[in-house]
Amino acid sequence: MIHRTLVITRREFAAYFSTPLAAVFLVIFLFLGGLFTFNIGSFYDRGIADLRPFFQFHPWLFLFLVPAVSMRLWAEERRTGTIELLTTLPFRLGELVVGKFLAAWGFVLVALALTLPTWITVSWLGQPDHGVILSGYIGSALMGGSFLAVGACLSACTKSQVIAFVVCVAACFLLLLTGFPAVQDYFNGWAPRAVVEAISSMSALTHFDAMVRGVVDARDLLYFVSVIAAFLFMNALVIDWKKAL
Amino acid sequence: MKVLVETHNLHKRFGGIHAVRGINLSVRQGEVLGFLGPNGAGKTTTMRMITGFLAPTDGTIRVDGVHVGLDPFQAKSRIGYLPEGAPCYPDMRVEEFLAFIGRARGFRGSDLQSRVERSIEAVHLQQVRKQTFETLSKGYRRRTGIAQSLLHDPPILILDEPTDGLDPNQKFEVRSLIRSLGRERAIILSTHLLEEVEAVCSRAVLINRGHIVFDGTPQAMDALAPASVKANRLDHVFRNLTTTEPAGTTK
Repeated sequence: MIHRTLVITRREFAAYFSTPLAAVFLVIFLFLGGLFTFNIGSFYDRGIADLRPFFQFHPWLFLFLVPAVSMRLWAEERRTGTIELLTTLPFRLGELVVGKFLAAWGFVLVALALTLPTWITVSWLGQPDHGVILSGYIGSALMGGSFLAVGACLSACTKSQVIAFVVCVAACFLLLLTGFPAVQDYFNGWAPRAVVEAISSMSALTHFDAMVRGVVDARDLLYFVSVIAAFLFMNALVIDWKKAL
Repeated sequence: MKVLVETHNLHKRFGGIHAVRGINLSVRQGEVLGFLGPNGAGKTTTMRMITGFLAPTDGTIRVDGVHVGLDPFQAKSRIGYLPEGAPCYPDMRVEEFLAFIGRARGFRGSDLQSRVERSIEAVHLQQVRKQTFETLSKGYRRRTGIAQSLLHDPPILILDEPTDGLDPNQKFEVRSLIRSLGRERAIILSTHLLEEVEAVCSRAVLINRGHIVFDGTPQAMDALAPASVKANRLDHVFRNLTTTEPAGTTK
């Protein structure tokens, strides 16, 4: 079962690199990541050896870049008709869904891995808390994974990659928005504390911020894992449902 | 000979359209069944249900004794399928694609390699094996589609218009290939070319508006044409059976 999943992962992962998508994505991700960290995030001026300015912008960077990775996963198969080939091969639905997701996630992890020189730089300049940085990377990887799962599910709903992209950006924005200070302030004035906390606990931003601060709480991990699992499950339901149409 | 494909009272509705209306078919080992009918008659839909791509609205399908709806995994591993239009991944090379299909079918190592080689030889893809699909002609794409359907030596082959877009030489080759494969397998192929039915099929099934209107040997089909028709006798029968409303048709 794992083997068959990896057959899909391998093909999908290679597919990213067979088009200019991989190069374009990686260059833009690294360029914007650097720009945000060093110029806008005032990495040097703060005089603190950590990667907070680097991680702080990840949710916004991922908001636009991750849907570009996930949009093709199913929409392209539908448009070219290869979905007929793929779903008549002896795969279980879960293997297809997870295999594709892992390939996209692997690609995002490659992008994250290419930012490791920033970690090396900060270690050379000072004595950062490596635990906090590692926790930030884990948070970033999990947030990227959550956005991908949302994107994969939406990509399964349409044959248009553009629609998959736009709707995914909107959905991920909502996922972030509920943790935005302005939104919380709005509710803070009148809503009971429990409600404000419930809304904020729905947000990827809240859980991500905790991890960037170096707090790896089981609840934060559970949140991201649940988002990924829930959307992959819905992804499988969509594929199965389209079969009966 | 063993029954390898069996459909019972197969129906498919797409919203308000009743595309397939009670198809009963049983195809035995050694049979090459030519699936005929006008565009939109329900040929592709029926094939898609047999291969598990679409779920039937009603009815059951068994392939090699396996219920397609209940055990799709086992059913799919017994079928080789060329979908309509031979879809392919534009950025993949022919041999990469065949290796992917082989791995998906559970082959590894030298077994995988020899299967890929055999299927490349079977449909003469040696010249284009390193090319990506987007650079291939329609004929080569179709042949790669046939190659992937043969890779695991399936007992059942479902080929949706296997010779569409091929030149006469390629058609001739693919037809001889299908004839030789058909001895030990059950093959269902759809086609618009009636001469193809005479050339390769041991049985012809004609469907119109989701119903079977003829099921028999190509010779029996030919015999339906009046003696006065000298040329294109199957065309005559085809037109006759598909332009009149079949009995019991309801919307």
